[in-house]
Amino acid sequence: MDKNGTFNIIVVGVGGQGLMTLLKIISQAAFDAGLDVKTSELHGLSQRGGSVSVYIRFGEKVFSPLVPQGQADLILALEQQESLNGLYFANKKTVFLINQQETPTMAQTADKAEIEQELKKVVRRAIFLPASNVCQKELGSDVFSGVYLLGYAAKKGFLPFKREELESAVRETMPEKYWESNLKALELAGH
Amino acid sequence: MNKELLNQDSQKLILLGNEAIVRGALEAGVQFVATYPGTPASEIGNDFAEIARNNDKLYFEFSTNEKLAMEAVIGASFSGLKCLCAMKNFGLNVASDSLLPFLYTGSKGPAVIVVADDPSCHSSAQSEENSRGFAGLAHIPILEPSDVQECLDFTKLAFEISQKFNLPVMVRLTTRVAHQRAIVKTSDLPEASPSGAKFESNKHQFVTMPPRVLEMHQELLEKLDKIKEFAEENGINKLQIPQQANPKSRLARIGVITSGVSYLHVMEALRMLGIDVPVLKLGFFNPLPKEKIKQFIKPLKKVLVVEELEPYLEKETICLAKEVNPKLEIHGKSLLPEVGELKPEQVMAALALIIGKKLKPLPVVDFKTIKHKPRFCTTPVCPYWRVFAAIKQAAPQGTIFGGDIGCYMIAAFEPMQIYDYMFCMGSSVGIGHGIAKAVGGKQKAITLMGDGTFFHSGMPALLNASYNRSNILAIIVDNRITAMTGHQPNPGMGQNAEEGTVSEARIEQIVGSFGIKEENIKVVDPVDDFNGMVAAVKELYAKNELSVIIARRICALLEKKQKKNQDKS
Ligand SMILES: Cc1ncc(C[n+]2csc(CCOP(=O)(O)OP(=O)(O)O)c2C)c(N)n1
Ligand code: SF4
Repeated sequence: MDKNGTFNIIVVGVGGQGLMTLLKIISQAAFDAGLDVKTSELHGLSQRGGSVSVYIRFGEKVFSPLVPQGQADLILALEQQESLNGLYFANKKTVFLINQQETPTMAQTADKAEIEQELKKVVRRAIFLPASNVCQKELGSDVFSGVYLLGYAAKKGFLPFKREELESAVRETMPEKYWESNLKALELAGH
Repeated sequence: MNKELLNQDSQKLILLGNEAIVRGALEAGVQFVATYPGTPASEIGNDFAEIARNNDKLYFEFSTNEKLAMEAVIGASFSGLKCLCAMKNFGLNVASDSLLPFLYTGSKGPAVIVVADDPSCHSSAQSEENSRGFAGLAHIPILEPSDVQECLDFTKLAFEISQKFNLPVMVRLTTRVAHQRAIVKTSDLPEASPSGAKFESNKHQFVTMPPRVLEMHQELLEKLDKIKEFAEENGINKLQIPQQANPKSRLARIGVITSGVSYLHVMEALRMLGIDVPVLKLGFFNPLPKEKIKQFIKPLKKVLVVEELEPYLEKETICLAKEVNPKLEIHGKSLLPEVGELKPEQVMAALALIIGKKLKPLPVVDFKTIKHKPRFCTTPVCPYWRVFAAIKQAAPQGTIFGGDIGCYMIAAFEPMQIYDYMFCMGSSVGIGHGIAKAVGGKQKAITLMGDGTFFHSGMPALLNASYNRSNILAIIVDNRITAMTGHQPNPGMGQNAEEGTVSEARIEQIVGSFGIKEENIKVVDPVDDFNGMVAAVKELYAKNELSVIIARRICALLEKKQKKNQDKS
């Protein structure tokens, strides 16, 4: 939370990884909690497998839809190399939750050790989680890995919402047929 | 579509900027909507396509290009309907030939034109076009919302202004407004009223010909003067004076002029700095409330103008200051970039400089970043992979490759980086033709455009190439949809938004009628008949005549969606 009481979240990943789903769940949870919310997302070219970042901000009163440099409280990286694109928004207290999954780039790459080393230049807590693997195994698809990270954040108190609050947000933002898998993904991280 | 958009009663909910535009238009009682897709405006059309289905009170179409969307709206406005037209910035260039005379004739039924700019080119290739320029060119009144509530409110206001002054009104968005989500309070939807559309002949008003056209120009300027009076009084040009302001304090003599999303960055920056200064937030970009600006700057010592891209407001402020406060220190592009969208931290730094506050600099950390470049879909596998594999096999070294706008432009990124030039929709063929004529038979170009782009503006380009005897090989990648912008229907699919199934436009028949030799037109499926695709490129490349390959294979994502829908029914 910045000194104005705004909680700032960045979600980074590759187009098609379900960034928008996360954005909708989190902002609904904030809305339900009676908070002001602003988000910013991107569509079009970047959605075709390119790097994407979305911004979610909530609090008493939120002005800009963009998270200012160095002001993120929580950064969710749905692809591990993408976490580096979140660093611009991080300060030493920022928590990084990183899905241990790698989508090959067509050029430069970085392995986990190198990513960790880079992140450590700025933040103290960068947590790698096997979200894709677990979701693939337990739910048959890794599209739920973002929701898994969210469940983890709630459990560890990295997010000012309890799992039940996120569960109602899932129900409010998605058609019923998707509830079961997403609610499970939230719960999986809770073990 | 978000079903809540159609809730009859007012409520508080989270909406996307573009959804709020749709809701605002519905609250205003819109009856006729025409659009051409383009990010960041596309959701407006997609939502209206769903809303208008089986709704006889609202007509909607995806036109085949923006000029045609604009003309459809002009016709409907002349027939008395409440109309909305939406497009991205580049679309307004295409539509501008019809837009300019529309301001001369004026509207009859109110007409609102929503245009979405994309500073930083998040989802655009060709330029960082700033549609504000059309204020000077077309004299169109322009409103600039900054948040989602204003998307809704300003759209309604735009309808009111258009109704009152009989001029089309533009609502200008940028990516961070159109694709912002925030909490909005809606109002009740009105009872749908019978359309009452009737075209009543009014040659005096609808026929632009000299000498009458000069009178119309004069009438337009007079209408704008009236709208300016309206703008001077209107609350959407908001003056914010700090609450416990001490008029003697230094900060009271420093002000900010801003509009659009920049206003939100200003407020964020002021809060981060823990200061409060007078802010003039403009809702009207055109006509500008010049008296209000003069009053605002008169007592100031310094003013910071915060706007994205070109310094339009800053230049106006410089002119106005000459009249009322020649000593005023005016800052804008001297402290803020003219290229790329603004970020709140940049605005904070500029403000800090002006008020003389030292900022603790953020630690500069040099870290590696990794970028994923967009690529063709892999699950399911995009047919374009095969198209480009075939071209790579068949085309000799030294071939000039002309690109166009659609998913296939992804081949401009690493690792393919195939294109030698890429501009705007339809231009692959037009520019290729110019190159062909310039170099004679010495070099040869292969151009690539999609079915959507062919129908949008590729047809006249290919006709010109045939008429003036080009020798390019034009490949039309027909994936049976306009894919890049989110899968909107086009004439080649045999589907439209309003009626569902309609007769299909056949690309091979169209180009067949352009005077291109029959044996120089081939239709190939690049996936099922990969070898045929390679052979076709080889054969036609060898000819010193205009030729066309229609590489027809459905977009893999669309195919997957269609299968899902079939399984459901
Ligand atoms: C004048 C203009 N209008 C709209 C756009 C937005 N736009 C970008 S790609 C595209 C779709 C092109 O469709 P198609 O050629 O069929 O290619 P596909 O994406 O299906 O491969 C559109 C409309 C634009 N760039 N310029
Ligand atoms: S959306 Fe369709 S055309 Fe575009 S990359 Fe994916 S499969 Fe290919």
